[in-house]
Amino acid sequence: MNRIKKRLQENKKILSIYFTAGFPQLDDTTSIIKSLENSGVDMIEIGLPFSDPLADGPTIQASSTQALKNGMTTDLLFTQLKSIRESVNIPLVIMGYFNPIFQYGVEEFCKKCQETGIDGLIIPDLPLEVYQDEYQTIFESYGLINIFLITPQTSTARIKQIDEASKGFIYMVSSASVTGGKNDFSEEQLAYFKKVKDMNLKTPQIVGFGISNKKTFNQATSYAHGAIIGSAFIKFLENKKDSVGEFILNFIKI
Amino acid sequence: MKNSYHIDEKGCYGEFGGAFVPEMLQPNLTELKEQYLNILEDDQFQEEFQDLLKQYVGRPTPLYYAKRLSETYGTKVYLKREDLCHTGAHKVNNTVGQILLAKRLGKKRIIAETGAGQHGVATATVCALMGLPCVIYMGAIDIERQAPNVARMKMLGATVIPAKSGSKTLKDATNEAIRDWISNPTDTHYIIGSVVGPHPYPDLVARLQSIISKEIKKQLLEVEGKENPDYVIACVGGGSNAAGAFYHFLEEENVKLLAVEAAGKGVDSGESAATSILGKTGIIHGSKTLLMQSKDGQITEPYSISAGLDYPGVGPLHAHLFKSKRADFVAITDEDAMKAGLQLSKLEGIIPAIETSHALALLEQKTFKEDDIVVINLSGRGDKDLQTYIDYFKY
Ligand SMILES: Cc1ncc(COP(=O)(O)O)c(C=O)c1O
Repeated sequence: MNRIKKRLQENKKILSIYFTAGFPQLDDTTSIIKSLENSGVDMIEIGLPFSDPLADGPTIQASSTQALKNGMTTDLLFTQLKSIRESVNIPLVIMGYFNPIFQYGVEEFCKKCQETGIDGLIIPDLPLEVYQDEYQTIFESYGLINIFLITPQTSTARIKQIDEASKGFIYMVSSASVTGGKNDFSEEQLAYFKKVKDMNLKTPQIVGFGISNKKTFNQATSYAHGAIIGSAFIKFLENKKDSVGEFILNFIKI
Repeated sequence: MKNSYHIDEKGCYGEFGGAFVPEMLQPNLTELKEQYLNILEDDQFQEEFQDLLKQYVGRPTPLYYAKRLSETYGTKVYLKREDLCHTGAHKVNNTVGQILLAKRLGKKRIIAETGAGQHGVATATVCALMGLPCVIYMGAIDIERQAPNVARMKMLGATVIPAKSGSKTLKDATNEAIRDWISNPTDTHYIIGSVVGPHPYPDLVARLQSIISKEIKKQLLEVEGKENPDYVIACVGGGSNAAGAFYHFLEEENVKLLAVEAAGKGVDSGESAATSILGKTGIIHGSKTLLMQSKDGQITEPYSISAGLDYPGVGPLHAHLFKSKRADFVAITDEDAMKAGLQLSKLEGIIPAIETSHALALLEQKTFKEDDIVVINLSGRGDKDLQTYIDYFKY
């Protein structure tokens, strides 16, 4: 069974961490993955850096620029991850923009993902309709789960449509914004979390964007099945005062 | 089957176009997609739009027979004087239309990107006219090289925000504008400045600029007794002035369309913006189109002396015109463009924008017959470029 599905069945709140491959150092990829798994993280999103990340705020933009400067490429990422499944069992998702994947060749990319042991993909600028018309068969033939996003502006009808199309989890974007940490959720955001929870969708939801501390993590997971931390972890990697384990403990200790 | 040069039901021109945008933008684009044609075709909208084009923009712009230029090149050269539009370029045709659209959509705030600053000025202008707050994103490098336009935007009451990421030019300003729209999804309308971006923008902007070719037809009929010229020439950054100048000739296959891109320091110099030659199919700003990029799909930083042509992509209509060979694409270097700009100033007393100078340079590069009717779209005037001309010619 796909590792994402298996993890989602384990009836626990999912802590998922995003990091940009090739940042801060080109060769950090595998050591970050290993220490995240050892620290008790439930799922990892590996960011494939892109020159023009439209949906990202300044923190992830800067990490992508740095990663590209360091020399990160799609081929190099697959090379770094070649033996990753010998040492970790955590679900791994690649998050990337569509153009680099399109240039690599969508089928070739999916094939490489399967060989490497990638479980799913998040491609923010590949819309549902284009995915279904042109790429779904390819993704599925390589055992990959494609993750769709919803936002506070997504209509109820479209949420249902996305729920139908989803095989793993729904990436629930917490607010109308690009990625980046805020310290608190507003009443409006909490109402949106509740609305989606009350829809009783078949697909579990994981909240992302703006999860920056234990409070926001707890708030999000009191409605949804998990939460994703991105910019806050990138900021931690920039300074790295503590170990990865200590950073993670800040979110999960009771 | 006859080639179509208009969008299909998916918003594509052949294999190009579409809307490759994150879910955050789907509601905005769906709203726009569902409403733009109804609004544009509404009688009251048309009345208001045509009235503003006439009384405020100063349309119709002249189709001027350039006598001395024609003598020099032994052919008949007409200049479509978009430089005489209020604010000094064709860009205002689009912003007047989109501000009326935004009002009908109930939007309260306007954002835009700008390269040369012409679109920023044209947007700030119509926002002042309608009393709407206006935020313009502009690459930090462009802010330096187009200082007069930055001052104009500020005088018009707009907030100018520098884009400091990537190449710090038009592409990055567009990224920032899109991020703003993601963060302000309900009250804000994004007035995109060219025939680029996700569906329905390329079609929307092309329709609003199509007034250029509509007037050319009428004006040529008056002076030449026929609607169609032999050639229409326009420069292409994103491609809006070219789309407007080509629009009503697209189906007239005997009218040759020449699209002029910026070669920068030379197509093979590594410092160029000649997208059709250097680009491959890819996704930029929500559109599948020709795009300058690395083998790995990272978008390349383009170069041109003219900020308005300094864009690594091209609108999907133009990618389609290129692939289907409906238009010929030519690349002109900085040097040849600057010479052509100086020549027009000396021969006709018209100082063109450097973008436009690229289109003018084609007269030197290509041979036309004596009785050919050649229409060049004079997309803008050179006031904003004086400093660049001064530096280049050491005045
Ligand atoms: C005078 C002028 N011409 C041409 C352009 C290029 O844009 P487009 O290709 O959309 O006409 C610009 C852009 O700023 C401009 O100011």
